[in-house]
Amino acid sequence: MFLEGYGHLIFQGAWLTVQVATWAACVAIALGLLGALAKLSPLAPLRLVATVYTTLVRSVPDLVLMLLIYYSAQIGLNQVAEAFGQESFPLNPYGTAIGTLGFIYGAYCAETFRGAFQAIPFGQLEAARAYGMSHWQVLRRIRFPQMMRFALPGIGNIWQVLLKSAGLISLLGLNDMVQVAKQAGNATSRQMFFYLVIAAIFFTFAIFSSLALKHLERRYSVEPQRRAS
Amino acid sequence: MIEILKEFGLNFLWSDGYHWSGLSVTLWLLVTSAVIGLSAAIPLALIRTYGSQWLALPIRLYTLVFRGTPLFVQLLIIYSGLASLSLIRESSSLWWFFRDGMHCVILALALNTCAYTIEILAGVLRTTPRGEIEAALALGMTRSQLFIHVLIPGMLRRALPAYSNEVIFVLHATAIAFTATVPDILKIAADVNAATFKTFQAYGIAALLYMLLACALVGVFRFAERRLLAYQRLS
Repeated sequence: MFLEGYGHLIFQGAWLTVQVATWAACVAIALGLLGALAKLSPLAPLRLVATVYTTLVRSVPDLVLMLLIYYSAQIGLNQVAEAFGQESFPLNPYGTAIGTLGFIYGAYCAETFRGAFQAIPFGQLEAARAYGMSHWQVLRRIRFPQMMRFALPGIGNIWQVLLKSAGLISLLGLNDMVQVAKQAGNATSRQMFFYLVIAAIFFTFAIFSSLALKHLERRYSVEPQRRAS
Repeated sequence: MIEILKEFGLNFLWSDGYHWSGLSVTLWLLVTSAVIGLSAAIPLALIRTYGSQWLALPIRLYTLVFRGTPLFVQLLIIYSGLASLSLIRESSSLWWFFRDGMHCVILALALNTCAYTIEILAGVLRTTPRGEIEAALALGMTRSQLFIHVLIPGMLRRALPAYSNEVIFVLHATAIAFTATVPDILKIAADVNAATFKTFQAYGIAALLYMLLACALVGVFRFAERRLLAYQRLS
């Protein structure tokens, strides 16, 4: 039988890991953009909040933050609900894990996006203003598209780290592929085999991600390539 | 918060009364794995860059695999996977080594950081200014003198900014040790959480300790960079 009958469960676990990592990456990119814009904003309080966020989160291990946020979120929610005299509700564990991972890697994304925004030549912004573009138009048409090109390699690295960190959600009690491999190994006394299988799956993810990122980088490279005609 | 610090403060920093625990164990994990990883990475990076293809290929494969899989899975393979093999269980010296969670964590961390460090050092070696090598050859240095007096010191200096990031990552990676029952900072926090149900305070103290450690490391490396890379500021 394929993987001693655990093939199906491991596949489900792998799919769960990919889903959690993908949604967490979306949250992280959104938070990262907000963080970068706040860091570059002219308002000092916004800058302060963003700086505290990126500094605090990046100086603490992701695993510690995951345990801290994941377990405190429910307790905090209960306390807030109690303070307002409302009925508290149980948080969805997958949603909480996604939010936690997104919150952590959002801080890393914010630093990458900030660097990318600052890499845009100043003359282009002056030219855009000279054409009479509004602040919002400059952001949407000039700063944002160029920033994404500069940020792509850094965001790619963060995605690779996030994908590997998603393997830690089994420590929060979620049934991802690491958890399935643990159970399968203990049931069949072939721990080595199952751990090597999930290591191979993670490795395949990493290789595919790096190929996809290389493709994207070529496509959106800053130096426009001449098309072969 | 104050009660937790009064009752468990020593456990977090020093010892639980019988064994080392908390900050001291985390520091021990960091120092041993970083020292082992760096000392193995220096010769391997030189071979990867200047050695023959047949020697460089296995090193590239090693760094690819260890950077492409999560450290947590590597630790599971070393700590639980190897211990399940009869080959390991029947050899008394191997069983002595792999039975201890501390040994397994240090081995996993060292193998992991070694892979990343090789890539950092190899990347720095590739960007050695040609002029330095030409000057060394013009002075009549032999190949071994070139390595000892020019390439290796230059590599270690110029790798410092990237390597300081790697050391911070190793510090963050040591938190995984608590899954192998090693009493590091995070294990103490989990124990305090189980004993008092004060989740936020227990893990918050751990987070604060890691933060202070990371800040101290950043300070040390800034100082080292100012001294060792002073020549780059002259121009």
